[in-house]
Amino acid sequence: MNNLFNYIEKESPIHGLTGATKLVCLLLWSLAAMTTYDTRLLVVLAIFGIALFPVGKIGVKDISFMLWFTLVFLVLNTVLVYLFSPHHGTEIYGTCTYLFGLSGHFAPTAEQLFFQLNYILKYFATIPFVLLFVCTTNPSEFAASLNKIGVSYSVSYSVALALRYIPDIQKQYHEISQASQARGVELSKKASLMKRLKSASAILVPLILSSMDRIEIISNAMELRCFGKNKKRTWYMAQKFKPLDYISIVVCALLLVVSLTLTYINGSRFYNPFIR
Amino acid sequence: MRKFTVKTIVAIGIGAALFFVLGRFVAIPSPVPNTNISIQYGLLAFIAAVFGPFAGALAGLIGHFFIDFSYGWGVWWSWVIASAVFGCLMGIFSSKLKIDEGEFGVKGIITFNVAQAISHLLAWVGVAPCLDILMFQEPVDKVFLQGITGAIINIITTAIIGTIVCLAYAKTIPQKGSLKEEN
Repeated sequence: MNNLFNYIEKESPIHGLTGATKLVCLLLWSLAAMTTYDTRLLVVLAIFGIALFPVGKIGVKDISFMLWFTLVFLVLNTVLVYLFSPHHGTEIYGTCTYLFGLSGHFAPTAEQLFFQLNYILKYFATIPFVLLFVCTTNPSEFAASLNKIGVSYSVSYSVALALRYIPDIQKQYHEISQASQARGVELSKKASLMKRLKSASAILVPLILSSMDRIEIISNAMELRCFGKNKKRTWYMAQKFKPLDYISIVVCALLLVVSLTLTYINGSRFYNPFIR
Repeated sequence: MRKFTVKTIVAIGIGAALFFVLGRFVAIPSPVPNTNISIQYGLLAFIAAVFGPFAGALAGLIGHFFIDFSYGWGVWWSWVIASAVFGCLMGIFSSKLKIDEGEFGVKGIITFNVAQAISHLLAWVGVAPCLDILMFQEPVDKVFLQGITGAIINIITTAIIGTIVCLAYAKTIPQKGSLKEEN
């Protein structure tokens, strides 16, 4: 199961943080990176995020596949943004400076290029941190940490249940699909699209019906053990907070404060070098 | 109104697990290169119709979060939230259906599909692009094109798969008064 989520077990300061800390940091970090479009802060976030990888002992090799995926996605999105509105930068920054003596709808402007640079930076500011979170957080601890940051324990328990049953359902899906394929259900490119959708539901129906039985069995078992009768419950995977936990939360909170302050000072979410 | 019971909690967990497995491992190649048809929304519509808006919203939220999480390309909150919105709306619109009592006739099929079409449109053309614009300041045309394409594909897959699953599930439940006295 841990393989599924790319969790890499190692001894490092980041692995040592509690799940709750990492989750809070992730939320604060994402909020900080989402609110701002200030180039300077984005650069700081991107560098800081990448600098944390050696601290967490995660190498490029561990995440190369995910990196490729992200890069393809990033290039595609950047090209799409340019194709759809080559003058988005002008709208945002309020000036229009044509480059290379060209003009016309698709001619590059300094504002557009600057906007796209920010757009790419924004990816680089958020994604390294998420990758790091994925690689260093034990999924089982994740559910416990949700409860710690104030999510009600029944919802946290749903998350824990989902994590617990993903491998089971995956195995069951595989079995049903093999059995159906042995009976001639075609899922590959050879069949037409409609046929493929229909054969997918031929696998889905037994899978979902058996899952409904599973829901019945599990909820009966939980009810027999009086789940939900008390206001609190304890978690096997929960850990105690250490000094480093508090420090990391404070640092991430500061980043968010900086991001909000910059938005306030700039008067908008963008840092505008074109108007002086 | 359905109560928030232990069964709902379990349904959220299992629903999210199913959503994850279908979204992550069941890739049906589509005619457009590099895009796969996501069949998990058919399942989510079913879960929402049977267990209500709360279960639908949370199963979508958790399941979609885990899919993003496991790919490691970053969590796209705008689309994760849109999944949750779809589950919630679907649960609200289809609250009159009684699939868990074995009733799913022609009227049920129509209600189910109208509900899912409206929910998909609201979630992918309404919520997801707006959040994208809010968070990333992406150009309006691009996000709406993405949203509309997503909505259309999802409506078609949900119409086929969701309906088949609901029909099959309703059949397994004995209806009220289905027993006859023999003379």
